[in-house]
Amino acid sequence: MTTMFDVGNKIAAKAVQLCRPEVIAAYPITPQTVIVEELARMVEAGELTAEYLRVESEHSVMAATCSAASMGVRTFTATSSQGLAFMHEMLHWASLSRLPIVMINVNRTLGPGWSIWVDDTDSMSQRDTGWIQLYCSSAQEIFDTVIQSFKLAEHRDVQLPVMINYSAFTISHTMMPAEVLSQEQVDSFLPPFKPYWRLDWRNPVTFGNVLSDEYHMEKRYTMQQGMERAKQLIPEIAREYEQRFGRFHGGLIEEYRADDAEYLLLAVSAVGSEAKVAVDNLRAMGYKVGLGRVRVVRPFPDEELRRLGKGRSLIALDRNISVGSGGIVYHETRSAVLGVAGCKVYGYLCGVGGRDVTYEDIEGMALKVIKGEMHPDVVGWWDLKTAGGN
Amino acid sequence: MAIKDLPREELMYSGAGSCPGCVDLLSLRMTLKALGPKTVLISPASCTASIATSYPKSPFGVPVLTMAFAAGGAAASGVVAALKQLGEDGVNVVVWAGDGGTYDIGLQSLSGAMERGTNFIFVCYNNEAYSNTGIQRSGATPFGAWTTTTWKGKVEQRKDMPGIMLAHRLPYVATASPSYVEDLFRKVQRAASIEGPKYLEYQIPCAPAWRFPMERTIEIGRLAVETGAWPLFEAVDGKVEFNLRSKQILEGKVQRKPIEEYLEPQGRFGHLFKPVRNETALDEIRRFLDAEWERYGKLAACGVAV
Amino acid sequence: MERYEADTTLSYPCIAAAGKTGGWRDFKPVIDHANCIKCLRCWAYCPENAVKRAEDDSVSIDYDFCKGCGVCAHECPKKAIAMERED
Repeated sequence: MTTMFDVGNKIAAKAVQLCRPEVIAAYPITPQTVIVEELARMVEAGELTAEYLRVESEHSVMAATCSAASMGVRTFTATSSQGLAFMHEMLHWASLSRLPIVMINVNRTLGPGWSIWVDDTDSMSQRDTGWIQLYCSSAQEIFDTVIQSFKLAEHRDVQLPVMINYSAFTISHTMMPAEVLSQEQVDSFLPPFKPYWRLDWRNPVTFGNVLSDEYHMEKRYTMQQGMERAKQLIPEIAREYEQRFGRFHGGLIEEYRADDAEYLLLAVSAVGSEAKVAVDNLRAMGYKVGLGRVRVVRPFPDEELRRLGKGRSLIALDRNISVGSGGIVYHETRSAVLGVAGCKVYGYLCGVGGRDVTYEDIEGMALKVIKGEMHPDVVGWWDLKTAGGN
Repeated sequence: MAIKDLPREELMYSGAGSCPGCVDLLSLRMTLKALGPKTVLISPASCTASIATSYPKSPFGVPVLTMAFAAGGAAASGVVAALKQLGEDGVNVVVWAGDGGTYDIGLQSLSGAMERGTNFIFVCYNNEAYSNTGIQRSGATPFGAWTTTTWKGKVEQRKDMPGIMLAHRLPYVATASPSYVEDLFRKVQRAASIEGPKYLEYQIPCAPAWRFPMERTIEIGRLAVETGAWPLFEAVDGKVEFNLRSKQILEGKVQRKPIEEYLEPQGRFGHLFKPVRNETALDEIRRFLDAEWERYGKLAACGVAV
Repeated sequence: MERYEADTTLSYPCIAAAGKTGGWRDFKPVIDHANCIKCLRCWAYCPENAVKRAEDDSVSIDYDFCKGCGVCAHECPKKAIAMERED
């Protein structure tokens, strides 16, 4: 094990390299580009034996990735924001094809107007595409999660693609230390890819022809079963990793000072890690606040939230918006905990469009709830510069 | 290569889902004969989706990767890359796209795959409309043709897709026709023997889309070549050479048949003749053809695409 | 043929994938073998692989799959194939 001190994206690329992807199709988009630049450099320097395709758009990124994966090889790619949106059709394609693709999406605001700064609407609005969605808060977590994600995606009971998300700039471009495994260590944890289907001229199957209504629903059912299994496998694989290499970042939800909490913040990625500072400060002020850092949005951790929500107020901090509805984690949490005794769900939209969310902002939002100034049915807009928004 | 010398092995099994008389199916049958079983076929959305029938069955004797409409070229890059990683040599990778998946929605990924030097064959089987969705116009639809989105006839001339492919500086570009099946077979084998990105375009007369009796499908394709509506040529490293009747036309050995012989049997051009002849449109068709053949003459004469 | 475990749209090659498509036709081709010169154009131009080519290059129609398009009859240089109405 060695320590790397670099930006999140570079540490991500290092993890990818160690996982031995065989085909990488990539297209640049700020702020993920550093990942694919580093992978290109590695391939050209002979540090990574992979075919690298410099495709001409993100739709082609996912098409080429799916096609390569269909031949039975391990694949990886990265994108963000507009690029993720552009490949939307192919995201559905990947999961319906049951291909264990791993992709990093650096969370960036959608436009117009152009914004390269963080919000999670890009990935949150793709949560229906059948991809497992994970959210990381540190370079170390990214490194460990990338490796675990290949194992998860390629698991016989899952066979679904995995999207690893983390915040633009705050995490992608901030230098952090990370303990990095050796190639031997990763090889011992992640065996070579064994495909559950592939195209081979010796065994000529036709993939993807017409699927009548007689069969479609059942195929979706097994996808859902894959997601349900992932709920168990994500923490299982993480524990196995912890046993081998000593690091654990939480299961589906990382609980921070949650045991005796009356109020539990729910947040992902950068807001999630920032919230730990806010929790410490609020505790110092005498409030029983904890954090449920949501690491997995698909499969949505219903059971965890019901358990955590008993007799508590949950405060969902959404750095995303589904216009016409509200904060996505807020709404999904509300529906998950319906009927749980004594559970109230509050929601805030914060940092949407890239505005900074500091621990002071988080403390402010929590205090509004604690002081009874918020209603569970009404989502607040933190730091809105125009009138309205509660 | 005479018809009797074509290989006997069939890689398309009887019971495919195509319309009777479909020469997309015939072209598949012949192309796969030329390539053999060591082939992966990529099928972006097109009429071939109907040929492929429904899960859990298929009439294809080679592996087929169904692909999204826009992504034929990108899929080829992915498949070729994977084959390289797997250490597999000599497997033909073929994209089998309609004119929509080539000229229009597929153009970006086709261009990208060509520019990257992907070692594959892109076949555009061109029935000059989006036939599978019920005959809407495409960038390949000829001027004056009826479609369900050009009820009075298309007002634009079609794109010069082979020209666009020549501009990509490919090692091999060719046009062909299932009506000239030996020539088609030869061109497929020639393409397969060349390393790098290759483009083949077949004109596919389509009875439902062009509105002619299905038994005349092969004849209509022949008339297309004989009237000059469809040129047969091939280009190795940009050096263009015309073939068969097209060559004879350029050399002045045979005249192009009057274009009406090609247009009149097709219902999609019916409004140019009935209730009255639309001389303006017919003049435009003739003008375009004359201009094209002048251009082909220059291409053939200078020896290299510019 | 190896069957794959994955539960996705994997289809396996077979004859009659769309059923016995011979049931589609209204007219059936009938070959007059006396006039057939074994040029094999009908075999070459049949999209359905429904014109069967024997070892000696004689041809016959596979009526299970012939869709009755009439291309073979139209292309036969000897007019040795007639399209007969079926019921």
